[in-house]
Amino acid sequence: MSDKASPLRQPAPPADNAALQREVAGLIVAALNLDVAAAEIDVQAPLYGDGLGLDSIDILEIALVVSKQYGIQLRADSEENEQIFRSLAYLADYIAAHRTK
Amino acid sequence: MVAYRAGVPLRAGDFLADVMRVAAALPERRHVLNACADRYRFTVAFAASLVANKVSLLPSTHTPEVIRQLTQFAPDVFCLTDDARCQIDLPRVRFPELVPAEVPPWPPLEIEADRLAAYVFTSGSTGTPLPYQKTWGRLVNCVRFEAQRLGLLDDRSHALVGTVPPQHMYGFESTVLLALQSGNAFSAGRPFYPADVSSELASLPAPRMLVSTPVHLRTLLASGVELPALDLVLSATAPLSQNLAREVEEHYATRLLEIYGSTETGQIATRRTAETVEWQLFEGVRLFAQGESAFAEGGHVEQRTPMCDVLEITAADRFLLHGRLSDLVNIAGKRSSLSYLNHQLNAIPGVVDGAFFVREPDDGSFSGVTRVAAVVVAPELDAAGLSEQLRRRIDPVFMPRPLLFVDSLPRNDTGKLPHDSLRALAATAMKRT
Repeated sequence: MSDKASPLRQPAPPADNAALQREVAGLIVAALNLDVAAAEIDVQAPLYGDGLGLDSIDILEIALVVSKQYGIQLRADSEENEQIFRSLAYLADYIAAHRTK
Repeated sequence: MVAYRAGVPLRAGDFLADVMRVAAALPERRHVLNACADRYRFTVAFAASLVANKVSLLPSTHTPEVIRQLTQFAPDVFCLTDDARCQIDLPRVRFPELVPAEVPPWPPLEIEADRLAAYVFTSGSTGTPLPYQKTWGRLVNCVRFEAQRLGLLDDRSHALVGTVPPQHMYGFESTVLLALQSGNAFSAGRPFYPADVSSELASLPAPRMLVSTPVHLRTLLASGVELPALDLVLSATAPLSQNLAREVEEHYATRLLEIYGSTETGQIATRRTAETVEWQLFEGVRLFAQGESAFAEGGHVEQRTPMCDVLEITAADRFLLHGRLSDLVNIAGKRSSLSYLNHQLNAIPGVVDGAFFVREPDDGSFSGVTRVAAVVVAPELDAAGLSEQLRRRIDPVFMPRPLLFVDSLPRNDTGKLPHDSLRALAATAMKRT
């Protein structure tokens, strides 16, 4: 399902999340011991499946990191849940909006 | 009570009516791929298939390649799904809406013990999944022994929550069949995040039971999320450390029992991990040593079956588990073999030679989860293209990390790939990236 085909394309996330994006990328690379540098992760690429190629085990680990670092407990029933792992940019956006730490 | 959905009970009478309704909606084909994600719908679909004298196919993954191989195994297979977005390339039947309606009376339902209920599949070394038959009588006996061992055959109805899918042998036995055969009830959902596991448990009346895996239990503990009172925690698919078992028991003030088994044999043993590392076999099941491992026979085991782990028999009904046999790999409870993975890799057009290997903990895989990596000779392909091809064939957890492109593999005169040479090559290739 391509972003480009959707008439309801989301606006680009605000630029001032760039620092948060880098921080989150660093946390993911460290937590999952990925062989890619944090700076190399395309902020618009999917995290799950294609793109960064993460699977459900990784998502669980990322959820743990997000809860410890930002005080957010992820839940599957939130509407935003489908979007959260759509890309690093979306994840950073979500964190910015919901962080309690 | 058979099940709960979001805390709302579903009773046996409703369940049977639902089963008959779905049975009437099934096509005349004999083999069914039950792809229902909701645990209640999966169970209704399984029971409906059984009643309609169909055989359920339960592969461990639904990649396009596996689906293709299923059609070769059973050309008449159709897919029964509760997901409108299901993409499985088989004739699809949508799970019908279960609205209260007039259901004609049905004769008493008796399923004979030797009825073929299902086929499960393991990853064979030739790249084709191997089928194992599951007959109804043996499935029932197995979970009755389990219920007895877990202390569930008392007067209380336990409500259980599973983080594992109903299609996987463990989930199938320990959430679906266990509940049906022991007067206990399962919850329809499959919670993933710790907060969801907690709220699903909280939606159910006590006594409660959690059926999960080491990866999920470790994450639950680390998350700090509180759980309601738990009577029992079950863990399976990979060995649990005694430390983690004790931590779970202490933190949640509960009992933890671990289950050992395989896709081929179903579960065959349990242990109270916090107290002992020794496993106790189910009634009637025996192990016979063979090399480093053993084969299992007797009790509910369908036929003499080689086990896939290094086992040490310590008494007639006890053994120790020392690790996996070298070709096999278990990632967060999903099992495959390096032979199978290599076969899939080398079948991709453009791959000249390729080999998977297991990344041992000192290579840096994150706490508790083994991963596999691969080296590949494929001058015409790039990482993205090859990964996409691989993803169509193998379960996502076995995707190589990293995927290393090299000029050649260090095979010896007999064409074999010595372990040390492979690792040395990988180490060099990783430094380059």
